[in-house]
Amino acid sequence: MIELTLSGQLELYRALRRIRILDERMQALQRQGRIGFYGTCTGQEAVPVALGFALRPSDWVFPALRESSLMLVRGFPLETYLAQVFGNERDVLKGRQMPSHMSGRAVNVVSWSSCIGTQLTHAVGAAWAAKMRGDAMVSAACLGDGATSSADFHAALNFAQVFRVPCVFVCQNNQWAISTPASRQSNTRTFAERAQAYAMPAERVDGNDVCGLLMTFSSAIERARQGQGPTFIECVTYRLGPHSTSDDPTLYRTEAEVAEWRMRDPIARLARELEASGALDPVLAQAIDQALQAELEAALTCAEAAPPPPRSSLFDDVYAALPAHLLEQRRELFSTR
Amino acid sequence: MPQMNMVQAVNEALRSAMRRDKRVVVLGEDVGKVGGVFRVTAGLSEEFGEERVIDTPLSENGIVGCAVGMALYGMVPVVEIQFSDFIWPAYDQIVNELAKYRYRSGGEYPAKLVIRTPVGGGIKGGHYHSQHPEAAFIHVAGLKVVCPSNPYDAKGLLLASIQDPDPVLFFEPKRVYRAAKGEVPEHDYLVPLESAKVVRPGRHVTVLAYGAMLYEALDAAAKAAEKGVEAEVLDLRTLWPVDIAAIVTSVKHTGRLVVVHEAPRTCGFGAELVSLVVERCFYHLEAPPVRVTGFDTPFPYTLEMEYMPLSHRILPALLDCAKS
Repeated sequence: MIELTLSGQLELYRALRRIRILDERMQALQRQGRIGFYGTCTGQEAVPVALGFALRPSDWVFPALRESSLMLVRGFPLETYLAQVFGNERDVLKGRQMPSHMSGRAVNVVSWSSCIGTQLTHAVGAAWAAKMRGDAMVSAACLGDGATSSADFHAALNFAQVFRVPCVFVCQNNQWAISTPASRQSNTRTFAERAQAYAMPAERVDGNDVCGLLMTFSSAIERARQGQGPTFIECVTYRLGPHSTSDDPTLYRTEAEVAEWRMRDPIARLARELEASGALDPVLAQAIDQALQAELEAALTCAEAAPPPPRSSLFDDVYAALPAHLLEQRRELFSTR
Repeated sequence: MPQMNMVQAVNEALRSAMRRDKRVVVLGEDVGKVGGVFRVTAGLSEEFGEERVIDTPLSENGIVGCAVGMALYGMVPVVEIQFSDFIWPAYDQIVNELAKYRYRSGGEYPAKLVIRTPVGGGIKGGHYHSQHPEAAFIHVAGLKVVCPSNPYDAKGLLLASIQDPDPVLFFEPKRVYRAAKGEVPEHDYLVPLESAKVVRPGRHVTVLAYGAMLYEALDAAAKAAEKGVEAEVLDLRTLWPVDIAAIVTSVKHTGRLVVVHEAPRTCGFGAELVSLVVERCFYHLEAPPVRVTGFDTPFPYTLEMEYMPLSHRILPALLDCAKS
């Protein structure tokens, strides 16, 4: 795990800025019509960054929409990450998923669907398998506040606790599931107490405090690794941007509410702390941003230039081998155009 | 060679797979101490322990979801869904997750597991213990669907399903769980997926059937023979991907087709089978293909034998088709 020294905190700052700059650029690309869709995690960067630094590389992550960027924290190449946004030949997913649905075996971040909550039992099953095999692997199950209403959420928490599997549930309560407020998901005071109903240790923490999150995640991960079972962590945060590029949040929430949360921006907060201790100043901050921008532009140029995946790949990976009916349909595709 | 019923044959296959491969685990409701409500997993818990023969909480989506996670991490779970009628809470997990993992991850995260579940009526089970839901799974890209009719095939097909790299739905026809008996070798063997079998040769009409309805088709074929109509009966065994070559060979030989299945008719597997045959054998057909199926009603309790496509409904369809 990263040390929370000043240089360690600067590294966290750099990781946070990297995601913020990336998301801003992607949002702009979508508006320019260069990509079809994107889901930013603006205002919520602290959770993926802290989780990325708290886990070991051999631990598995089951992400949801606001945690894909964790792959970058774990060392996934930015250019390949961007290729997923364009769904082109360099995309490890071969152009089969919408943008913002990244995964990568190279960094043990597992493939996920747009269906809410379904990945949670997978995280439990993987942790369970690791326990059976005697591996030290811990899985991280990521979710938002909306997912706490899904059937799979309850199944996952229940199975995880009954079988004491090494899984850490990381819930980003960002107050909104598209237009549905957290108060509509549940009448409980907190989401953490829902885990307690399954006798699972649960915590509710500040989701915008990257250093605090790092310590919370690390102790839950360690607890899981020691065979003491799962933990549920509710990270209270706020989605400053829209749900996705297809959303218009002015229809359901006030600018005053957003403004209040903007004051609690996790990146500005860490910057203030670093400035107070003399580790960061505007010149350094600008230099960091410039380097990140340059890295992004270079990666973007490469990623955008790649051609789409080959037509024949449409039929690959449906099964391990191509069955007769797909062979026939592939011939049909090739016989046209 | 020992005589076995299907329950024993499936149990043998599970036991053998678990002995050979530590990655194989069995999980489901009541599969451990009690050995499943049909006793298919009887004795496995004693031999392999409750770590590998897992009694789970009552949650089909939870069972399948956790099994998917185990599979991603390299285990080979064999899930039991107590009755196929209870599979629907897990349908999202099967359709959107299990079946799609390999594809959507660009081949990086294949999820291989087997879901075993008893199917079919004729056991006084009413709507919630009698459905035959194969069509809803055949329709889904990424799944394989198997339905054995006898103990020999049940063992060989289950071992093949466990070895196969893709997710398999393994439908066990519960009406003949104990009624269908036969010789089953003690050693391991595979019945390859995608291979249908001609179980009664004939030259006048082809009959496609599987699972418990195979016996009704055979009974009708025997009666038809008394009236001079020789039906060729195929046991499909693997429903998807189906052995289209074997079907085409038979229909080109007979020129006529009758499809039998318990599930409701509309958008049932019979519709696909007829289409596949018409696309390939139109000029060989001498009569319109016929479907003899369950009706488009919920599965009834008291009148279940009226609902099912039994021999007495297959026979006239077969004679009409052969003579028209």
